[in-house]
Amino acid sequence: MSAPAKTGGLVVENLTVAYPLATATVLGVDGVSFTVRPGERLGVVGESGSGKSTTALALLRLIRPPGRIAGGRVMLNGTDLRGLDEAGMRAARLRVVSYIPQGAMNSLNPVKTVAAQMRDAILDHGERVAPDAIARALEGVDLPAGTARLFPHQLSGGMKQRVCIAIGMLLRPQLIIADEPTSALDVVTQRQVMGTLGRLQTETGACLILIGHDMGLMVQFVDRLAVMYAGRLVELGGIEEVFAAPRHPYTRMLIDSVPTFENRGHFVGIPGTTPSLARLPPGCAFAPRCRFAMELCRQVVPPSREVAPGRSVACHLEDVPLAPPA
Amino acid sequence: MPRPPDARPDARPPLLALAGAGKTYGGGLFHRNTVPALQPLDLVVDGEQPPVIAVVGESGSGKTTLGNILLGLIAPDTGSIRFEGQDVWSLGRAARRGFRRDVQAITQDPFSAYNPFYTVDHALTVPLREFGLARRHAQAMELAAAACDSVGLNPADTLGRYPHQLSGGQRQRLMVARALLLRPRVLVADEPVSMVDASLRATILGNIVTLNRTHGIAIVYITHDIVTAYHVADEVLVLHRGVVVERGEAADVIGNPAHDYTRLLVSSIPWPDLDRRWGDADLRGAGRDAATTSKIQETTP
Repeated sequence: MSAPAKTGGLVVENLTVAYPLATATVLGVDGVSFTVRPGERLGVVGESGSGKSTTALALLRLIRPPGRIAGGRVMLNGTDLRGLDEAGMRAARLRVVSYIPQGAMNSLNPVKTVAAQMRDAILDHGERVAPDAIARALEGVDLPAGTARLFPHQLSGGMKQRVCIAIGMLLRPQLIIADEPTSALDVVTQRQVMGTLGRLQTETGACLILIGHDMGLMVQFVDRLAVMYAGRLVELGGIEEVFAAPRHPYTRMLIDSVPTFENRGHFVGIPGTTPSLARLPPGCAFAPRCRFAMELCRQVVPPSREVAPGRSVACHLEDVPLAPPA
Repeated sequence: MPRPPDARPDARPPLLALAGAGKTYGGGLFHRNTVPALQPLDLVVDGEQPPVIAVVGESGSGKTTLGNILLGLIAPDTGSIRFEGQDVWSLGRAARRGFRRDVQAITQDPFSAYNPFYTVDHALTVPLREFGLARRHAQAMELAAAACDSVGLNPADTLGRYPHQLSGGQRQRLMVARALLLRPRVLVADEPVSMVDASLRATILGNIVTLNRTHGIAIVYITHDIVTAYHVADEVLVLHRGVVVERGEAADVIGNPAHDYTRLLVSSIPWPDLDRRWGDADLRGAGRDAATTSKIQETTP
């Protein structure tokens, strides 16, 4: 494996986010490692509480105290994001790492026009606003130039989400983190918004992380997939391999919980609920919900091991693709 | 020609029927512009063989207006809504109470459905006593616990807690349990799973389908998500800007869409299938397609 310092793109090593509670310290993100090459799209899936959004916030260094990043390295194209001081990180947000939030409707300032919000973002990063910067940014997301004069309430949900993307792309960031950017949109708008995001990313060659829980969307959009459970990365690999031949039972169940075209009206939820991070079982966190759980699983946390180049899984099971249940 | 829902002398009138019901907003003193939210439409919810009807549309399509008309919360300004043959808006006090019990709602946001000052039991036991389904509190709690069980919730983990102590999925499943408790005849579910994860989505939709199949409750499932509509519904109505552009048997509408808008919807479904990629344009190649551009031009104010 190549030395991470030489690798372009995003290199995350052993990222850990800790929340101190009265009785114990809870790890919201527990030793997560992955890389995203320039121009590559990584999907991060998991149920709510799996740590996927916390991972995103940690990359942006926006974990709210008393939570804190307790360890790990985050390198983006050779820059150590954890090594930046607060002012440096503030300048890096949007310019180097941009975040496209889930609820676009709540992220825009309701009393400012689209143009004013874009101008603010550029000025705040100490740049001059080129005369056609705003029109070009809007054109980039397929919005007419006239949108600049409008207020958020005059825009549809899809248009607001595009404005958020336009703002996120203003300074041509090296890393885009999109946290369920289309979960509130209908499928047509979703496809358009994802198309726009994908095109801009391809043009700029940025790294992209898409956080979500919709396996269908992941299959359509990302190159590689990371599956998180209870703060840990349980499976990582190319989308085709992970989807066609998952190795972790949790990944298998996530895939099976999404009904396919052929499987009409067939609902398979994942039984049980995600464990509380404050009361994780001693072994594998997924063992209580796993149909393959063995004695070993209840005692020893399975380490993440590389089963093929770029493909890793954290499970005690033998390395075989898991077939769907009959 | 829409047939009046009570024109069948031999049969009982349908449980719930819209005849030419439509709604236009605005047009008041300060709003000269009127917005036709829902063009007149007919819809029959049969009580003999209770269906699952999905209403699919994007934001602004009029789907929530339709849901609110069905719930008797908004009066249609053209046409009528009839419950067992009687106009809902001229029901007497007792009949209106019956309508309120028989036609229940599940809303999108499972948090705002609860009063944050009470434990979640309140949302379950009050209507039980209000509608005379349980006389004593203990009896109401027993029924509530049984309803929790039937949607796969552990009563000990859920009852007695405050809404903020439960996860979104638990709150929404509790709403399904509540619907089950009251044994309504129609359940209008407006985006019930848009705020929960995909894995829980399957569980909750499974619960809703069970309400229909084993308890005979007719379901009107309102959603922006044509995929879940396909999996849940018998009949699908596709709404686009207040107009029903296509309706019919669910497998037929999605398997063989006739209207351009439905075709666009179906081709945009992100199927979890490596061989069934997004419409004609694979977004990993990520080009812009004609549909995108034309739609944006249309929606520009």
